[in-house]
Amino acid sequence: MTISNFTRRAVVGLIAAAGIAAPAAAEVDFSGKTIEWVIPFSETGGSAKWANFFAPLLSEALPGQPTVVVKFMPGAGSTKGANWFQEQSHDDGTLLFGTSGSTQFPYLLSDPRVRYEYNDWIPVMASGTGGVAYLNAEDGAKFDGSANALKDTNFIYGSQGATRLDLVPLLAWQMLGMSVEPVFGIKGRGDGRLMFERGEANIDYQTSSGYLGGSAPLVESGQAVPMMTWGALDADGNIVRDPTFPDISTFKEVCEATDGCETSGEAWDAWKAFFVAGFPVQKLAFLPGDTPQEVVDAYTAAFQAVTERGDFADISSKRVGKYPVFVGDGSKAALQTATNVDDNAKAYVLNWLKEAYGVELN
Amino acid sequence: MEVFATAVPALSDAWGLILQPIVLGYLVLGVVMGLAVGVFPGLGGIAGLSLLLPFMFGMDPILGLALMIGMVAVVPTSDTFASVLMGIPGSSASQATVLDGFPMAKKGEAARALSAAFASSLFGGLVGATFLTMFILVARPIVLAFGLPEMLMITILGLSMVAILAGRIPLKGVAAAGLGLMVGTIGEADAGGSLRMATYDIPYLTDGLKLVIVGLGIFAVPEIVSLLRQDRSIAKGASLGAGWLDGVKDWAANIWLSVRCSIIGVVVGVIPGLGGSVVDWIAYGHSVQSTKDKSNFGKGEVRGVIGPESSNNAKEGGGLVPTLLFGIPGSGSMAIFIGAVALLGSGDIEVGPSMLKDNLDITYSIVWLLALANVVGTILCIAASGGIAKLTTIRFTYLAPFLFMLISFAAFQSGQNFEDLLALFVIGLIGIFLRRFDWSRPAFLIGFVLSNPVEKFTNQAFQIASFRFRKSFAEGMEYVFSPIVIVLIVVTVVSVILGIRQAKMIMAEGEVKSGSKRAPLIFLLVIMAYLIVALVNANMIPDYNMTDKIIPLVIGSVSLFCCVILLIQMMRRPEGDAIFADKELAGEDASAPHGLWSTLAWFAGLIAATWVVGFILALIGFLIAFFRIRAGSSWQMTLLLTACGIGFMCFMAGALNRDFPPGLLQDMVNLPWPLN
Repeated sequence: MTISNFTRRAVVGLIAAAGIAAPAAAEVDFSGKTIEWVIPFSETGGSAKWANFFAPLLSEALPGQPTVVVKFMPGAGSTKGANWFQEQSHDDGTLLFGTSGSTQFPYLLSDPRVRYEYNDWIPVMASGTGGVAYLNAEDGAKFDGSANALKDTNFIYGSQGATRLDLVPLLAWQMLGMSVEPVFGIKGRGDGRLMFERGEANIDYQTSSGYLGGSAPLVESGQAVPMMTWGALDADGNIVRDPTFPDISTFKEVCEATDGCETSGEAWDAWKAFFVAGFPVQKLAFLPGDTPQEVVDAYTAAFQAVTERGDFADISSKRVGKYPVFVGDGSKAALQTATNVDDNAKAYVLNWLKEAYGVELN
Repeated sequence: MEVFATAVPALSDAWGLILQPIVLGYLVLGVVMGLAVGVFPGLGGIAGLSLLLPFMFGMDPILGLALMIGMVAVVPTSDTFASVLMGIPGSSASQATVLDGFPMAKKGEAARALSAAFASSLFGGLVGATFLTMFILVARPIVLAFGLPEMLMITILGLSMVAILAGRIPLKGVAAAGLGLMVGTIGEADAGGSLRMATYDIPYLTDGLKLVIVGLGIFAVPEIVSLLRQDRSIAKGASLGAGWLDGVKDWAANIWLSVRCSIIGVVVGVIPGLGGSVVDWIAYGHSVQSTKDKSNFGKGEVRGVIGPESSNNAKEGGGLVPTLLFGIPGSGSMAIFIGAVALLGSGDIEVGPSMLKDNLDITYSIVWLLALANVVGTILCIAASGGIAKLTTIRFTYLAPFLFMLISFAAFQSGQNFEDLLALFVIGLIGIFLRRFDWSRPAFLIGFVLSNPVEKFTNQAFQIASFRFRKSFAEGMEYVFSPIVIVLIVVTVVSVILGIRQAKMIMAEGEVKSGSKRAPLIFLLVIMAYLIVALVNANMIPDYNMTDKIIPLVIGSVSLFCCVILLIQMMRRPEGDAIFADKELAGEDASAPHGLWSTLAWFAGLIAATWVVGFILALIGFLIAFFRIRAGSSWQMTLLLTACGIGFMCFMAGALNRDFPPGLLQDMVNLPWPLN
């Protein structure tokens, strides 16, 4: 487009090339090709943001610097696109597919629309996020690190639906003994925040980037009080404080401090299972199942090079948050944590959805 | 005063940023690209911005903004071409423009309609920007004052415009709007996820029908088919009457209407969650109500063009408020815009509350870049309108196949399913019959557009209100009947009463002769059958999902009730009563040389062939066959036109990186682009 842009790309390309030199990405060459990165959501969601962030970086890092375009195939809460990808096979390595927590949850809950199988696909990159719950000023004043004083308040929460990622906050609040009434049918977390700002809702949660951009200013101005994060996973799978929000206690800490909330037992296991599936590994990029190893290696090396860029930490923290990006074997392990919940946890959640919201998935 | 102390320097900084040759150059580049994309019905800003996204990474912020805003700003201007010239609503912002713009084109006044529309757009854009410059500083509390009850009332105000557009038999208008609302509920409910008139075995239906498809089906397909049957040019007598200068004069003569509609546009645009879907209808309603002689509306009244067009560009400016101040996009293109802003420079500009504190100069640059882009875009459009209006003098048989091509492609882009084409055909068929029997198509479309907001706001407002009432009665009343709600209720009631009084004057479909009972009766029975099935279907949703069934049940019952009264009236009244309006009896359609079904068969053929061999191969066959057989062209002409059509299609799809619908053939063999 512009000369400056071109030089910048060339320079970055050189740096990236130096980075790849070590893994030596076989003979795969994408020169002159166009890679389609299909996202099963609309142009407006978080996954679009995520893919649009990585696409130009990936383009520079792949051998032959192909054009990487992001294509959108929204429908049926991403199950349409995922069902489509299930039917695709390797052609020339120019097809990449991205999923999100909203693709994982219907899969985990055996939604009747799911006709895809994660284990058939090859993950090449995975990244996560966190989430922060917060209260309005009035109820926030009653919050003392435990939810004991919040049990008599009736809360209203703008929700996208109990079977979506909102399952994690709704279940957490229920475990704390809080009475939170979800108002279903909002279209994105931004709408939920607006409902909170208008005073119609008095509790809300945002993913990390949404919290930093829209809710942190509310906290600064005293209109909101942060309650808890969902936390992050350490190497051993324990829940620890979210590195993006080291000063905010985790749900685990709040639960421990609250009477009647236990960090063991089936409710806790179910919550943790769905938290792990939805947040620390929220978005994954896949190649079709029959992709040859050298192509997989080329993508792995390219994503590796992207994460090793000098400015990666800086540019990614603003766009996708300060969370680890898993590549290669790391992404395989990430996939396992994201798509496996044990049957007890699943049964518990399905039963809870039915009893609390009358939702039956069959 | 304190606010002005910060605003004035920021404003002059903003002008300093904007008024550089390179920034203006990028702006013009964006405008030109936006024009090229915007004339395509159904694509608009989302496709254009997606095209620019890859270039935004690390770009100088002000240059990137100029490029993007140039592109976004002209879309609501350039989509007027389709609305006026072809009767195709280019986007939701220009639906109401079709009502009077297209009849003007038919009268040979396309250039006048276009230039009046563009002058109004320009003015609306400038009024919007001026208003915003002040307003943006105090907007936050005002935006927050619009809660769910207020939004519900604005939606209902939009819906009340049905009363104005209903036509000679108000019951038919109400039933048409009800049918539109019911069609809008098809698919998975937002609240509880219950399926309505859909099944998981047909995944397409679970997402509901897309506005693009319904807009094209209800307005474009019936008009294209009707004109094609008559085998003439759009402008009667193939002459261009009034020129573009008349349009500008028309606008100048109605400048106060333009001012009022611009303000309506900004104010409604500011409220997040409503966006463009109601603005143009409210502006249209206002234009009708404020005009003394209403007899020309629906037949080519220039005020019916000036009103909506003044509001729809002003709305874009208003839509910036929630986008910039809250980080909540008012539309699909604004959502991409937010994503793109984060890509610019080193990524320090982040939309949200900080835009006013830290980036007020950038905020003002955005507002005034938008205004400038409007000026550039409008001048280009007005300059082109005289020439482009000549399209209306071409024999329509030469245009129709290209229009079928365009609307099929546009419909496919909305969901990238083959079913998109089928849905377009089916809705088109409904549109044809609504038009034939003089059921208000605008009422149907308003119903469809507002179906989702009505349901969503009703459910959510009800839920929160009952929560407040549980706390205390006073708090509940305060929430439900806020001053804004009361004002809106008064406005709505007044507009319904005035609307019903005036409705008889406005015949959106022109004069329609009435005749025998049989055909209109059968159509009524078909609609009733659908409503009954939909009601039974909604009633099957279990009671714990009351939020998913209550709206379809209530709306369906009301519509069915209207239909029953219509049925009784039909049985009692003699043949020839206005209730039996039928376009096939007299007038243009009746005297057309070609039949309805044989004409529609061409379109059906294109869709069927697409299913078998994919879009491009089907299109080649369709264009050749159509020009040879229906238009009777020579082989040279046929091949030339076909090549132009295919070339244009491939160029646009290639440049925007869009796919074509594949067929069975593509499932079996791998073909190179564009045949895949």
